[in-house]
Parts: sequence; C-alpha cells; structure tokens
Amino acid sequence: MTGPALLPDGVTPWTMTEVAAHAAADLPDGAHVNIGIGLPTLVPALLPPGREVVLHSENGMLGMGPPPGPGTADPELIDAGKNLVTLLPGGSYFSHAEACAMIRGGHIDVSVMGAFQVSQNGDLANWSIPGDKAPAVGGAMDLAAGARRVVVITRHTASSGEPKLVAACSLPLTARGVVDRVYTDLATLDVRDGQFRVAAAAPGVTLAVLAKLTGGEIDWP
Amino acid sequence: MIDKRVATALEAVAGIHDGATVLVGGFGESGVPTVLLEALVQQGATDLTIVANNAGTAERGIAALLRAGRVRRMISSYPRSRGSVWFERRYAEGSIELEVVPQGTLTERIRAAGAGIPAFFTPTAVGTEMAEGKEVREFGGRPYLLEYALPGDVALIRARRADRWGNLTYHSVARNYAPTMAAAATLTIAETEEPVAELGGLGPEEIITPGIYVDRVVHTGAALAWDGEGPR
Repeated sequence: MTGPALLPDGVTPWTMTEVAAHAAADLPDGAHVNIGIGLPTLVPALLPPGREVVLHSENGMLGMGPPPGPGTADPELIDAGKNLVTLLPGGSYFSHAEACAMIRGGHIDVSVMGAFQVSQNGDLANWSIPGDKAPAVGGAMDLAAGARRVVVITRHTASSGEPKLVAACSLPLTARGVVDRVYTDLATLDVRDGQFRVAAAAPGVTLAVLAKLTGGEIDWP
Repeated sequence: MIDKRVATALEAVAGIHDGATVLVGGFGESGVPTVLLEALVQQGATDLTIVANNAGTAERGIAALLRAGRVRRMISSYPRSRGSVWFERRYAEGSIELEVVPQGTLTERIRAAGAGIPAFFTPTAVGTEMAEGKEVREFGGRPYLLEYALPGDVALIRARRADRWGNLTYHSVARNYAPTMAAAATLTIAETEEPVAELGGLGPEEIITPGIYVDRVVHTGAALAWDGEGPR
C-alpha cells in the first residue's frame, strides 16, 4: 500500500474511491463498457448523474445493473466475478461465446481492469503471479486484446512499495501494448510514446515524487 | 416419433465411456448441470477430460467428480475460484492435468467444433506465455494465434425448459456456455428445471438451442437454490 510513511510531506494521495470516480467520469455517454474484478467494481456506482453507460459481462449480458436488494436476488444472475447483479431495462442476455465475440470483435468501447504491472509501452500483467496455487486467466486476455480502449485502476505502488508502473513488466503478460490510461492514487497517466504522460496528479504530487515511485519514464507536459 | 425425453438422470448419462471428453455448461454456479454431474459420479465413468469455465465449488458439480477421482484432465479458464477446494486439492497432489485457456478462446474453440471449423486465428494471448509453441500469423499487419477446435464426446448442460424434440430455453445468464457446447458434442444431454413441454409449448422465437443439437432431455427440477448467503 502507498502508505503515508512512503510519501513526502504535503502529498495527499487520492482514495481508491476517488480514483475510481476519475475513471467513471471519463467513460463517455453511450459507451459499452466491461468492468473487471477488484478495484474496477467501484466504478459503476460512481458514474456522474445522467451518464448512460451500458455494462457488459462476459458470461453473457449487456445492461448489467447494480446488486439486487435484500430478498430479490436471482441466484443465477451473476457477473463475471460471480457476484449477484441485476439487469436494467433494455438489457439483454446471450451466450458466453457471443459475449466473447463481442469483445474480440472490437465492440466493447472501454475495458476497465486492475493490474499487477503496467509498462511504459502499455504492456499489461494482471493474471498470474509466479507461485500461484494454480493458474487461472478468465477473460483478461480477451478483454486486453479486444477492447477498443483499455484503462487500468491500481494503487501506484505494490504493498511491498515496489512500483507497479514499470519500464518493462517482470510478471507474465496479459497482452502487449494495450493500456491507454492508468488511474492511480497519485496520478492519472496516459501511456503514450513509450512514457507515462501525467494528465492529473493528486495534491502535492510532483514530478520528483512520481519519478521516485514509478519504474518507467514519466512525461509531465 | 422423436422423443428425446428420458426418465432419470442416471438414464440420461448412460453410455458415457471412460476417457470421454465432457463439455460441462455453467459459469460459477450459474447454469451448472448439477444433477447430471451427480448422476455421472454414480454412473462411474472415469479418466475423464472435463471442459468447463470453472472447476466446481465446494462438494457440488464438477467438484463431486474431482472428489471421486474421475477426472484425468481439466480444460478450464478459471479453475481456481471461490470454493474450488477439490480442484485445488487434486491439482496440488498432481493427480490431474490442467490446461488453462483464455475464456474467449475456450468458448470459441468449442463454438468452432460445433460449426465445422477445425481451427482459427485469434488476437487473444498473442505475445504472452500462452502463445508459446503456437503458430502466429499476421493479417492486416496484426499478429494472431492459431487455436484448434475443441469438440466433446458429451455435453452436459442445464436448460430452463425443453420439449420432446430437445428444443431448449434458458434462465437469464445461466445459458452461458450451454448453447455453444450443445452443438459441439457427439452426445448432448440437457437437464431441465421445468417439466418437458408439449411440442409448440416453447415459442419458436424463444427457443435458444434448437433440438438438432440435443440428444437427451431429463426433467430434474433442479435450479440453483439460494439460502440468502450462498448457493446450497
């Protein structure tokens, strides 16, 4: 965790809810969006009022809604993370094969994912850590390769303090050169021209702070 | 007369042989043909290759087959998930082989098998360790990976309703892999939540899986039960 002890005085990192709100604010009205497991699940509840975004789930649904109220759950109706959800008016069901063809066919506007590492050229590692009890990949590689835009929500550094934004990923890759933007508790950064270009920074964050906590090249225009 | 109805789950799984490749519908707990899987444990076929998104939860479904030692190989996208205790035990002790496949590639390999496509190129997993040893070819300047069709000897699926021709409808996202797997197996067996309908009882526009793909249907009445905390 990017604990206060690691950060210089005067730096106030964003909370992960604030980070997710940044990602939510950037989802265009009318977009078809896939939300990954972990931190991205914070995003749907943080969409600005009036913003109509159609959520896709790879088990076979468009128009996914929030968790059900008490006593109203349909036990079969789950998202890709196996959590109970609902279907909004206008929503539809289809086979898993069609849901994945939708991804691979470039119909998903934005995929919001978590990450273990993102490299300065947009490589993504978010499915496997060596030493895992058993491998599992799910839809991560399909979404990373197929979505028109891939954005990542992550803490800026790992709990060990190691950078998660790196020059080159050391963990097994999910896809190469796919990440467009990274939202962290310290900054929002676009992956462009082999660098992390700062689009916004948390209060007190300077180029020196980012350079210290980031493994890759930083561009602060 | 066409009549694909069978009376019991045990009759439904009759003839599944040792060493069979079995496609099993379901995503998490949603749409898993739990009664057919229990019947398959009873029936006794072993040395099975199980193709499924996940690898069973607690003692149910595929977990029951794993517990009984009937599985030689799992082909799965997300075998390790909440409650997959029997998969994890069998994998740790080295008694099962595991092939992990990206979800969209798994489902498309099954789809291809049912559609007469022996292999296809996909952008998924290019440049990752899952591409090792696989042919890569460029189309329009982008690299794609060669993947092969994945047919089953048997498909076990759960539907909401069926008729005696084997036409099927499903409950919300519980369909997930079922329509695709139904087309990809030599012997497709569906358990149904509701009693088998008369012909015409399913509207032609509501039928998701046409009976051409289905060989046996058995009314089990099973749907995913929920106790407010988790599936029972």
